[in-house]
Amino acid sequence: MARYIATRIVYMAITLFIIASVTFFLMKLMPGTPLSSADRLSESQQQIVLEQYGLDKPVPLQYVDYMLGLVQGNLGISFQFDNREVTEILGNRIGPSLQLGIQALFIGSILGALLGLVAAIFHNGILDFGSTLLAVIGTSIPSFIFAGLLQYFLGVQWQLFPVATWGTFAHTIMPTIALLIFPMAICARFMRTEMLEVLNKDYITTARAKGVGWTAVIFKHGLRNALIPLITILGPLAVSLLTGTLVIEQIFAVPGIGEQFVTAVTTNDYPMIMGTTLFFSFLFVLIILIIDILYGIIDPRIRLDGGK
Amino acid sequence: MSNETILDVKNLSVSFKTPNGEVQAVRDVSFSVGKGETLAIVGESGSGKSVTTKALMGLLPAPKGYIKNGNILYGNEDFAKLSDKQMTKYRGKDFAMIFQDPMTSLNPTMKVGTQVMEGLRMHRGMNKEEAKKEAVRLLELVRIPDAEARMNQYPHQFSGGMRQRVVIAIALACDPKVLIADEPTTALDVTIQAQILDIMKDIQEEFETSIIFITHDLGVVANVADRVAVMYAGKIVEIGSVDELFYNPKHPYTWGLLGSMPTVDQREEELFAIPGTPPDLLHPPKGDAFAPRNRYALKIDYEEQPPMFQVSDTHYAATWLLHENSPDVQPPASVQQRIDEMNGKWEAGK
Ligand SMILES: Nc1ncnc2c1ncn2[C@@H]1O[C@H](COP(=O)(O)OP(=O)(O)OP(=O)(O)O)[C@@H](O)[C@H]1O
Ligand SMILES: [Mg+2]
Repeated sequence: MARYIATRIVYMAITLFIIASVTFFLMKLMPGTPLSSADRLSESQQQIVLEQYGLDKPVPLQYVDYMLGLVQGNLGISFQFDNREVTEILGNRIGPSLQLGIQALFIGSILGALLGLVAAIFHNGILDFGSTLLAVIGTSIPSFIFAGLLQYFLGVQWQLFPVATWGTFAHTIMPTIALLIFPMAICARFMRTEMLEVLNKDYITTARAKGVGWTAVIFKHGLRNALIPLITILGPLAVSLLTGTLVIEQIFAVPGIGEQFVTAVTTNDYPMIMGTTLFFSFLFVLIILIIDILYGIIDPRIRLDGGK
Repeated sequence: MSNETILDVKNLSVSFKTPNGEVQAVRDVSFSVGKGETLAIVGESGSGKSVTTKALMGLLPAPKGYIKNGNILYGNEDFAKLSDKQMTKYRGKDFAMIFQDPMTSLNPTMKVGTQVMEGLRMHRGMNKEEAKKEAVRLLELVRIPDAEARMNQYPHQFSGGMRQRVVIAIALACDPKVLIADEPTTALDVTIQAQILDIMKDIQEEFETSIIFITHDLGVVANVADRVAVMYAGKIVEIGSVDELFYNPKHPYTWGLLGSMPTVDQREEELFAIPGTPPDLLHPPKGDAFAPRNRYALKIDYEEQPPMFQVSDTHYAATWLLHENSPDVQPPASVQQRIDEMNGKWEAGK
C-alpha cells in the first residue's frame, strides 16, 4: 500500500508540472498585460514596472524562473496587491472555501447515499418516487437558484441564519446547503441504480440461499459493493464543487478563493491566476489520490494488486 | 437409499408477471425426493428447471415471480405457503443451494472465511471462534488445500473450481437435508467437473443428503443420479429411475434428448437434433406443448394435454402414445441405436 501511494505521489508531481507549464503558456496568450488599464503611466514607467516583475525577459526565461520558484514553494508576487505573496493571499482565503467544499461534499454524499439506499429498498414505492423527484430537482436546478431561495426564506423571511458574509458556523450553513444539493442528488441517483443492480447479482442470491434475511443482505452484502462505484464519482463531484464555490462565494459574499480568482482573471494578475489554477489542480489531483486510496480500502480486488 | 420421502412437490405452478402478461414458467409439476437420493432434472434451456428450484428455496424474484398453485411439502411445513421471513429459517439450514457460475456466486468484497462462517453463526448459533474452526473443517472437507490461510482471502484469489468448492462448503455448512445444485459443473472444465462431482457424491454418502441436480449433460446424469425428471415447457414430461429413462424412454422428447446427446466417437452430422423451438410460455398451447415438434404427434396432442401415464411403479410419462388406443410407436432407429450404444457403454463402465 505504501509503495502504491508513493508511486501515485510521483505521478501527481508530474501531472502538476505539466499543468503548470500548460497554464503558464496559455496565460501568456491571454490578451492584454497587467498594465492594460494603467494608461496614465508613461512608456518608461511601464518599462520599469515590467522589469521589476521580470516581464521584460523573454518568455522561456520567465518560464524557467517561475518553475524554479515553484519548486521552492514560491508562487510569486501578486500584481494587484502591492507586493503580497500569492501563497499568503491564497492562504488567507483557503479556509472558507475548503470548509464549504468539504462540508458540502461530506454531508451531500452521505445524505445522497442514504436517499438512494431508501429508494432502492422501497423500489417502486412512494419513497422511491419521492427520492427520485428530489434527485431530478437537485440535478436540474442550478445551485444559485437554491442560494437565492435559501437567502430569501431562511435568511430574510424566517431569519434563521445570517443572509451573507462570513464569521460563525451559522454563516456556513446556507452556502453549504446550496452547494450540497447537486452532489446529494447525483449520489442518490447513482446509489439507487447501483444498489438495485447489486441486489440482482448472483452472490446476493447465494447469501439469501444461506438464510440471510433481506435487511441483513442489503447491509452486509449489498452496501459495500454498491459503494464502490459511488466512490469513483466523488472525484468529479469534488471538482464540480470547486467550480460551484466560485458562484456561491459571490452570492453569499464569502471571502474565499473563488471570489479572488475572478478578480485575478479580470486584472491579468498572472501570478495570482497561476497560483489559483495550480492550487485547484493540486486539490483535484489530491482528491483523486484520496479516492483511489478509499477505493483500495473498500475493494479488496484493488488493494492486493499493489502489494501490501 | 431408504424409501423415506423427504420432499414432496405437488402440482406446483410458478408464474411471472411481465408487461406482456403472465409467463407460466412452471406448470403443474409434481415430484418427490427420497432421503439420500439424487434426482436429476434435465431439459432444454428455458424449460423451467431453475425456476422450479428457486420456488423450492423461496427465492423467486418477488413480487414478479410467484407460486401460483401447489404445495412444497417438507416435514410438517408447506413451503409454498410460507413468507420470505419464515423461509429464512429453512434456507441454508434444511435446504441449501449450489449455483451454476462460481465466478459470480461469491461476494467479491467479503473474505471467503466470513462467507462460510455466516451460515454457521446464524443457524448453528456458533460464536466466532467455533465458526472459524468449523469453517476450516468445511473447506478441508471440500478439499481446499491450506484451508486455514485461505479463510482470509477474497474470492478473486481463487480459481473457478476452488470457488465452486467454497460454494459447496457454504451449502454444506449446516448439514442440509436437501441440496439443490443448479448446473454446478457447467461452468467448469472437465477434470474439475469430475472432482466436484466426486466431492458431492462423497458428501451424500456420508450425510445421506438428498440432492436435486440440474444439468444439461446426460452423461453426468448417468453418473450421479438415481432418478431423472425430464422437463419441457414448464412441465415434467417423463420421470423415472435412471435405468428406466435410459433403457426404456417413452416420451418422444426424451428420445430427442437421448438422440442429441453427443458421444465421444461421433461425427457431427450424426447428431439428432430436435426440430423447432419450444413454445412461448406467455401463451402455452392447449394440448401437448411438444406436439408441434413431435413427428409422432397424434391429433389429440393438439387438443388435450396428456396425463401422466404409468409405465412402472416409478416410471411415468406424459404422452398420448402410451394410451391404450394409440398406435404402437417405437423410438426412431437412429435414436434406438444411440440408446443401445449408450447403454452398452454405460453398462461396461459400471
Ligand atoms: N425473472 C423472470 N421474469 C420473467 N420470466 C422469467 C424469469 N425467470 C425465468 N423466466 C421464464 O421462465 C422460464 C424458465 O426459465 P428457467 O430459468 O427455469 O429455465 P431453465 O430450464 O433453468 O433453463 P437453463 O437451462 O437455460 O438454465 C423461461 O422461459 C423464462 O422466460
Ligand atoms: Mg437454469
